[in-house]
Amino acid sequence: MAVEKRVFFRSTWLPWLLLAPQLVIVGVFFFWPAGQAVLQSLQEQDAFGLSVNWVGLDNFRALLSDSAYLESFKTTAVFSILVAVLGIALSLFLAVFADRIIRGALVYRTMLIVPYAVAPAVAGVLWVFMFSPSIGVVSYMLSHSLGFEWNHLLDSGHAMALIVTAAVWKQISYNFLFFLAGMQSIPKSLIEAAAMDGARPWRRFWTIQFPLLSPTTFFLLVINMVYAFFDTFAIIDATTHGGPGRDTVILVYKVYQDGFKGGDIGGAAAQSVILMLVVVAMTVFQFRYIEKKVNY
Amino acid sequence: MVERRPWLDLLAHAVMVLGLLIVAFPLYLAFVASTHTAQDILQAPMPLLPGAHLWDNYAAALTGQGGGAGSNAPVARMMWISLVTALVITFGKISISLLSAFALVYFQFPFRSLFFWAIFITLMLPVEVRIGPTYQVVSDLGMLNTYAGLTVPLIASATATFLFRQFFLTVPDELLEAARMDGAGPMRFFKDILLPLSRTSIAALFVIQFIYGWNQYLWPLLATTSEDMYPVVVGIKRMIAGGDSGNEWNIVMATAILAMLPPAVVVVFMQRWFIKGLVDTEK
Repeated sequence: MAVEKRVFFRSTWLPWLLLAPQLVIVGVFFFWPAGQAVLQSLQEQDAFGLSVNWVGLDNFRALLSDSAYLESFKTTAVFSILVAVLGIALSLFLAVFADRIIRGALVYRTMLIVPYAVAPAVAGVLWVFMFSPSIGVVSYMLSHSLGFEWNHLLDSGHAMALIVTAAVWKQISYNFLFFLAGMQSIPKSLIEAAAMDGARPWRRFWTIQFPLLSPTTFFLLVINMVYAFFDTFAIIDATTHGGPGRDTVILVYKVYQDGFKGGDIGGAAAQSVILMLVVVAMTVFQFRYIEKKVNY
Repeated sequence: MVERRPWLDLLAHAVMVLGLLIVAFPLYLAFVASTHTAQDILQAPMPLLPGAHLWDNYAAALTGQGGGAGSNAPVARMMWISLVTALVITFGKISISLLSAFALVYFQFPFRSLFFWAIFITLMLPVEVRIGPTYQVVSDLGMLNTYAGLTVPLIASATATFLFRQFFLTVPDELLEAARMDGAGPMRFFKDILLPLSRTSIAALFVIQFIYGWNQYLWPLLATTSEDMYPVVVGIKRMIAGGDSGNEWNIVMATAILAMLPPAVVVVFMQRWFIKGLVDTEK
């Protein structure tokens, strides 16, 4: 695709006018706050904003030596890897079978994209309702048919399992659509040639389809990590509130807790800055990796 | 298919049906719960077939007649807030992005690439990482508890600009040359040629942005402090604050169904554009 047009309109003022609305909004609600976050991360404020001191990198030092913060990093890593890997594996599995289906394909697809439309907060409410230790249907079944006592309010493993399940459930639609599109863009002639050479479906999947899907898979890996980092705030706030203890406090949840509940503005700003760096690193990684991988 | 393997086709259908059952179960259960009385649901296990209280529960939820221990604000008002918010975000984003993508693609002017990057860097950082300072800006501007406060900060991202730019670059240059030869100015070209050509992209973005706007949680949670400005997604979370036995789960689940209905309808009925838009935007 062209990066530039060959011909342009000529006007000295019109492009500025056209750009103005977006530039104003981006300036006021993006660059100004992002700049503020960087500034505040270098300052210390009291809870009422009455006094401000420059403290250099102290906020960052304090964070990196704070065991609760490092713990939250670990929680986030475990959570996002589980969400990404399970979500991708499940949707790939479904997409492989959906690709075989000709009759009824639209019905399956329509049903599978519905969770995409469900808000994370609503998804959280649905899952906490099913798994509630006292009234939940699933926890009841677990305890009465398997003798397994589910309690995500006390057991941090259960709490993690709950938020991972809810997050994966919501993301299956998205992953599924990308895998299905990926499968359908693989030339049929490749599959036919392999079939004629005697390769069975299982072998054809691993030697042809799976390698050709690798750009999609890597892309989804990054997208799912970003999703788990940021979009799952509502799921956690509706289910575990970061508990039991602090065992499901992911980084975004901690920024919220420290900055809005705890009044630690400098510390929260430093956390924001670290988060920004993490996202930028992920995005750069994604672009570099995809650029390289896209030409098989 | 390449070869006939009836057992494999059967397996494929079996897997899909199983997958659907698992994916649909939470939705089904929410619907069932929204048709029973609060007492029925508290008796573990709750019934697994729909009951007879559908209208009572939905009417109670919409008008705020529930008696749960959490919030009991009327859901009709929340749905209205959500609808306005989602539509303003959708149309706001689409219109400013059309204009700025048009400027970036069809004009040459000083600092163009600087602006290009200034806009596209916003793609990387979701509102979640800069909530604190954004909250301060919005509060300093007196925009808390207003529609403007709920929407404008979320419009500050470049997803739509990016998609429109990609699309404009594929529009043949000959169209522009022809338009210029016929004496059409830039805005005429934009209105009569570019906009009609962009219909599919606009439809796709409509779906994506509507869902994005409707489903926002963290930002509205901060930007609203008064109950009559809560979108439904925030409202439902406040409803379950009463604890497992204090909540009226029938009302909560009726609210959940109401809250997911508009985005689900949009995504299901516009799925052709939605899928195209999704796969095109992100790739």
